[in-house]
Amino acid sequence: MVMRWLLLKDLQILRRSPLLVATLVLYPAVIALLVGFAISSPPGKPKVAIYSGFGESQGNVQFGNQQINVSKYEGELYKSIQPIHASTPAEAIADVRQGDALAALIIPADIGKQIQDLVQHGTGSPTIRVVVNNRNPLERQLVQQAIQTRIAEVERAIAKQVIGVAIGDLHKVLSGGDISLLGKPTTLLGLVKSRKLVSDAVATLPKNSAQAARLQSVVDFANVAIAGLTFATPVLNRIGNPLTVKQTQLAGKTTPSASYAAAIAVVFLLMFVALLLAAGMLALERSENAYGRLIAGLVRPWGLLTEKIVLATSCAVIETFLVAAALSIFVPLDWARVELWIAALVIAGVAFGALGVAVGGLARDVSIASLLAFLISLPVAFAALVPGTAVSSALAGVLDVISFVFPFRSALEAVSNAFGGVGSAGDAGLALLHLAVLAVVFAGLARLSLKRFASR
Amino acid sequence: MVEAATATLSAREVTRDFGDRHALFNVSFDVFPGEMIAVIGPNGAGKTTLLSILAGSLASSSGEVIRPPGARSVGWVPQEPALYSKLSVRENLRLFARLEQAPDPEKTVAEMLAQTGLADRADDQVRTLSGGNQQRVNIALGLLSAPRVLLLDEPSSSLDPRQRERLWEFITGLARGGTSVVYATHDVFEAERYANRLLVLGEGELLFVGTPEELEAAADIDAAADVHDIESDEHAAHLAEIRVDFETSFVRYLRERGH
Repeated sequence: MVMRWLLLKDLQILRRSPLLVATLVLYPAVIALLVGFAISSPPGKPKVAIYSGFGESQGNVQFGNQQINVSKYEGELYKSIQPIHASTPAEAIADVRQGDALAALIIPADIGKQIQDLVQHGTGSPTIRVVVNNRNPLERQLVQQAIQTRIAEVERAIAKQVIGVAIGDLHKVLSGGDISLLGKPTTLLGLVKSRKLVSDAVATLPKNSAQAARLQSVVDFANVAIAGLTFATPVLNRIGNPLTVKQTQLAGKTTPSASYAAAIAVVFLLMFVALLLAAGMLALERSENAYGRLIAGLVRPWGLLTEKIVLATSCAVIETFLVAAALSIFVPLDWARVELWIAALVIAGVAFGALGVAVGGLARDVSIASLLAFLISLPVAFAALVPGTAVSSALAGVLDVISFVFPFRSALEAVSNAFGGVGSAGDAGLALLHLAVLAVVFAGLARLSLKRFASR
Repeated sequence: MVEAATATLSAREVTRDFGDRHALFNVSFDVFPGEMIAVIGPNGAGKTTLLSILAGSLASSSGEVIRPPGARSVGWVPQEPALYSKLSVRENLRLFARLEQAPDPEKTVAEMLAQTGLADRADDQVRTLSGGNQQRVNIALGLLSAPRVLLLDEPSSSLDPRQRERLWEFITGLARGGTSVVYATHDVFEAERYANRLLVLGEGELLFVGTPEELEAAADIDAAADVHDIESDEHAAHLAEIRVDFETSFVRYLRERGH
């Protein structure tokens, strides 16, 4: 009964505090959505000014008796960038200077000839020029990575085609076939057939004749050459594609990145609302001087803490559930598991609410409580979202400890499992248990902070 | 007016420590029905700590407080108005009447509005009231349960002289009706004028308990005493120390009275 009147009072105060509600509810909602989708969205394509000096007809490279057109690989370069076509190298560089493009890619007119020289004579080093804007190191790194990745793709594609041509020629050397030599069609006999002809000739000669011995050495050479070329063909074939990536999933279904992003957004929102409301509304009791009067026989400290946690959890769960429902219009969230959504949101909300009252117990007024809540929540979320493999093992250990003592990571595990079935049911159960334990611990800390509260 | 027979509130060797410091040390006294007791002493003497412990909003480190039977037999009026500024006067009174589990909260609210003269401001948010009116609501909250003991921590500090006069009329009226009143004050005039007995605190210790006349007498003895005698008497030394803070007003008062 007492809790009912306190809840009613807090809701009345919230209703008359539009700025507070905006701070505690709307602002976190916007931040949560931005963070969720910033994390899930792929990086945008950087603008790159392109000058290409050679046309399709200039891109033919003669390799043996075949031609390879390298110009068709130009398109590969544009896959990760947003090209701005320039008519001269100077124009491309000017685009970079003016900030219209982050980098310029200049492909010289004789690139085909440079490749031809390398392929035919093993001389020279085909070069394309990249001009990068130095103003922003992060943007420079992004565009360099994009261009280098695409160039590597082009190199690999050309190399693969060259190797394919080489394998075809080797096959004809081995087994024979028709080729064009100096524009005239010619038939190659091939090593296998040559060996047979020579072997047949040796058989017709006297056993100890000198000519038979000399021809036999030709047969022996042919045997070695055939064995070597037979072995070389598949090896060359593999060089064009040396590694095979085989992906194995250990457990559970994969969660689409969009629904994982939705889970991140929802947990961010849950954390901000529950933490800020619980901290702010408990601190309000002190800033209004009402705390002493309340606990002078009207409400037990545990009752007051419980009321704040219930208030914060209720508001946070209602808001996050509505946001999740709205997100489900655009993102595939599994409505068949809605009872798991609610369970995860409620238990995580209680854990964040308990953390909030622990923070609120330390603060003298609402603004300090809100500031403290922000200061705690941002690094906690950061620690939980940074992949351990992206940082050093020592830092990963620190992040793991932070994530263990605060509720964000477990809340994210529980909610993402509820939304899309990522991880096993056991993992989700452990996450919920962890959240429940954290709720008890933080409520205990809040009770201790209330003693300090009363003593000042 | 004062009935010495049965105490309505008793403190027995109450001690409160904050870290290594004694905020209160071994304080014992009784409060009788209809009695008005003023707690005086310099800043940091332990007045607010004592009243908070008597009210039950702060636990003592040791000792005992014996309160009258009944859930809400002690009313508590803290120094700063303990009100929700975003709620109206009526909503504040209604909330605390419900928390006090008053049998008919709406009737209690109406009575308090009439008693404090704030019926015409009942639906105004507390933050729009003057300091004096906020203090009236603050006191009304302390009276919601019709307590047998009313504790007030510097109740007149934010009021102008006219409001003070009305406040003390109201409080002495309660005492005449049998309510025991314990109030902390810095104002020696208010202590002498309205209290039946004075408690003097210095650094958490209860240095003096007696009537205003007895305190005057003690002050006279100290004033006449030899410095060496005072230093040899720890109790008198404490009395001399506490006068450093409020002796100006106290001595002025004594002089005006012809001492």
